[in-house]
Amino acid sequence: MKQNSNTVDLESSSPLLSNQRALNSHLRMPLRKKRLRIFEKFIELGLFFAAFCSVLVTIGIFWILFSEAIPFFQHVAIWDFFTGTEWAPLFSEPKYGILPLLCGTFISTFMAMVIALPMGSVIAIYLSEYAHEKIRESVKPILELLSAVPSVVFGYFALLLVTPLLQKIFPNLPSFSALSAGLVMGIMIVPYVTSLSEDALRAVPMHLREASFAMGATRFQTAIKVVFPAAFSGITASFVLAISRAIGETMVVAIAGGMQPKFTLDPFEPAQTVTAYIVQVSLGDLPHGSLGYQTIFVAGSTLLLITLFFNILGHRLRKKYKEQDA
Amino acid sequence: MTSLPTLLRLRIKKERRKNKIFLWTARVSLVFTLLVLLALVTDLFIRGADRISLDFLLSFPSRFADKAGIVSAWVGTLCVMIVTAFVSVPLGVCAGIYLEEYAKKNKITSIIEVAIANLAGVPSIIYGLMALGLFVYKFELGQSVQTAGLTLALLILPIIIVATREALRSIPLSVREAAAACGATKLQVIRHHLLPYSTGGILTGIIIALSRAIGETAPLVTIGALTYIAFLPHSPLSTEAPFVSAEWLKDPFTVLPIQVFNWVSRPQEEFHRNAAAAALILMVLTFSMNIFAIVLRARVRRKIKW
Amino acid sequence: MQTQFKILPGFYAAILCFSSFQVSANTSEAPSIKIDGSSTVFPVSEAVAEEFQNSKSGKVKVTVGISGTGGGFKKFCRGETDLQDASRPILSEEMVTCKSADVAYFEIPIAFDAMTIVVSPKNTWAKDITVDELKKIWEPAAQGKITKWNQIRAEWPDQELHLFGAGSDSGTFDYFTEAINGKSKASRSDYTASEDDNTLVQGITSDKNALGYLPFAYYELNKKKLKALEVNGGAKAPVKGNIFPSAKTVEDGSYFPLSRPIFIYVSAKSSEKAEVKEFVEYYLKHVGKLAKEVQYVPLPSKAYDLALKNFKAKKLGTAFGGHSEVGLKIEELLKREAKL
Repeated sequence: MKQNSNTVDLESSSPLLSNQRALNSHLRMPLRKKRLRIFEKFIELGLFFAAFCSVLVTIGIFWILFSEAIPFFQHVAIWDFFTGTEWAPLFSEPKYGILPLLCGTFISTFMAMVIALPMGSVIAIYLSEYAHEKIRESVKPILELLSAVPSVVFGYFALLLVTPLLQKIFPNLPSFSALSAGLVMGIMIVPYVTSLSEDALRAVPMHLREASFAMGATRFQTAIKVVFPAAFSGITASFVLAISRAIGETMVVAIAGGMQPKFTLDPFEPAQTVTAYIVQVSLGDLPHGSLGYQTIFVAGSTLLLITLFFNILGHRLRKKYKEQDA
Repeated sequence: MTSLPTLLRLRIKKERRKNKIFLWTARVSLVFTLLVLLALVTDLFIRGADRISLDFLLSFPSRFADKAGIVSAWVGTLCVMIVTAFVSVPLGVCAGIYLEEYAKKNKITSIIEVAIANLAGVPSIIYGLMALGLFVYKFELGQSVQTAGLTLALLILPIIIVATREALRSIPLSVREAAAACGATKLQVIRHHLLPYSTGGILTGIIIALSRAIGETAPLVTIGALTYIAFLPHSPLSTEAPFVSAEWLKDPFTVLPIQVFNWVSRPQEEFHRNAAAAALILMVLTFSMNIFAIVLRARVRRKIKW
Repeated sequence: MQTQFKILPGFYAAILCFSSFQVSANTSEAPSIKIDGSSTVFPVSEAVAEEFQNSKSGKVKVTVGISGTGGGFKKFCRGETDLQDASRPILSEEMVTCKSADVAYFEIPIAFDAMTIVVSPKNTWAKDITVDELKKIWEPAAQGKITKWNQIRAEWPDQELHLFGAGSDSGTFDYFTEAINGKSKASRSDYTASEDDNTLVQGITSDKNALGYLPFAYYELNKKKLKALEVNGGAKAPVKGNIFPSAKTVEDGSYFPLSRPIFIYVSAKSSEKAEVKEFVEYYLKHVGKLAKEVQYVPLPSKAYDLALKNFKAKKLGTAFGGHSEVGLKIEELLKREAKL
């Protein structure tokens, strides 16, 4: 056995590293290690750049939004913008209050989450803790098929099937409403929550469950008190993705919510979200570069700043929670 | 005085009842969701299934609803999805691996994590606007398949990153420790131990992400996807050396969701039938794209024994 | 991991099959014509593009996009498109952009698009409406105040008024507000707006108390679901009385003021390419017939002949001075074009 004074000769005995040995067998130990280290560093740098891309994209998005939004504030006062309750920027007497659009985004996201988060989690727990393997293997792809339906189709589904159905229950429901759009958005997002949560729940090691059963717990108790908390990180990740999806959803609300920005949190009224407004203008007849066109960048920037604020908050809270836990 | 065994028995009964209630709530929720999906598909079926024929699949769009077809649309969708998958999957998985395995708890990592969480919530049309300014004009990639693929890849990147991270996080520490104890380097641990176990979770993320991308309309229209195009992109194979061509990346294109959206806003009833048929084809396409990943995931999952 | 390697060849085989299919299909080596712009004009341009390509047996490629009139002009003024579909004339700020990029253009009206005032078939009381009554309903001052049918006309019932109309970003909205309220974009905002006129049809047809304005094509194709009101053009109308919207009344100008011309703009530089020149001439020769097929009202054939003459004589520029105009009769438009 070759013995070098400053390295332990594991490499000749370990099957894991034998491939390395095969490749570099003509080199001496320190050089082999050095090469490996450089190679690994290189890979690490590559991976870092992949992760850093997200920051670059964020910068790109900020650039595009702010470069068109800043000139807007030379014409409109910031205070009016953030506190105004009427959004009518394209009318002859324009009103630039962003609150109605934010209300629209909030109410549709809220309705979607009321449906998607509980139902998604319940189905995920059922699939991972209760269901027979055959059911799980066939249901999961079918639910993922739900996420394959284009949002345009969901929009028309909401308008043509769901709204009339809801009108039978609530006769005063107008033909465009935040309720209809929000409910359908919720169903659309269920696969996000279910698929990712179910993965997280499945990955919890069996021995935790077995210990719980051994103590006489029912499946329900085990699922809620043992498995769910163990998979918490994955489940919250799926929740965050679901909420983000709802906030960023465009077509469903554009089609089924009506294009009427209203300063109200009443789901029985039509609503317009920030995203629906952006689509309306950018694909419409307004000349690009006009003040009306700039409003979409302003609206987009506002949405971005709000989500950024909540994300930073969430990040800080998670850090604190992790520290307390450890 | 109720004795301890009786209290215990009552408690057990209560817990069993809760279990039953939950089970039935879950079953009802599942059935409800599946019913919604069924209603959707049935509705589409009733409206447009009879329109699906080889003719429909191989014709170009037309102002005559009965002559119009979706060949440019589904070919375009396939081309764009290939680019999207090729860009987003490596980028997303690598980023996820870095963040989970290599990243130290410093400022830069926090910034990256917040950036990713934020990007997940950016509306798709803003990606379209950014891509128009950046890819089409600044980088001069043109209003082409490659721009569309890049735009969609960036859109779905957060989903893949998050899914990868969660998949890696769910692997017990003992696996990593055991590998390290055998003298494996970090890269070896990842390659030989972590990636095989996390493939299932990563595939779930990829399935959901690509399904989202395939159904997007607004950002593609913004970067210049067409609505009427009566020819296909160049073939990736060519008859002269080097026998593979990248011309198709620079070609103009259209995609199925745009076609559906365009037809459904026409006043003629026949176009609505076409739209329903095209939507069904889109779902079939997505499902077949997902099937690879689903079968793979099932096989990989079966091997995990903990 | 081994299973993946078995699936991978299958995947490649599938791609191979799919691409070999493409080898036999049309490729885009041929000269191409790029059209973009309004989704209103899209059906007309699509029809012409289709027929033109058929007549050339695929030797020229024509593509049509729907970025919207605004987005389309942006691309047009950057020289990226050959033809611009426009549902309104070019505006002054767009004229400036085009000028600074050295893009000169031809303005060619190709058809008329009319707006119909519609109610549900369940509505038994309304048969006609005057321009003044429409103004009373839609002007900004009516917001929140005019909410019942009998406030418009005393004989109409004391029922809630539900309004439907175009979104505030669309050319339809601009035109309707200018024609009825006298000022572009001046309108009340408490009505149901929609991007997709089909959804407006949906909303109006089932609601007895609904009133809305829609493009003519959507009324024509949904005659069973909608009832059109006759419009009394008021003092300024060329023909007095209640006029029913139809292809004939739009063409002869008696349906006033709710009809507007739609255009294509052709880039001067592109028109020097043989295929673009041929396409524009083909457009003008055939759009009369094709427009009818997609429920737009064609201009009289004199108009197309004149437009063709102007095109061949290289008469560039716009007849509108950077803003839209109301109640334009076709003869007036003809005279205008001749003055360029």
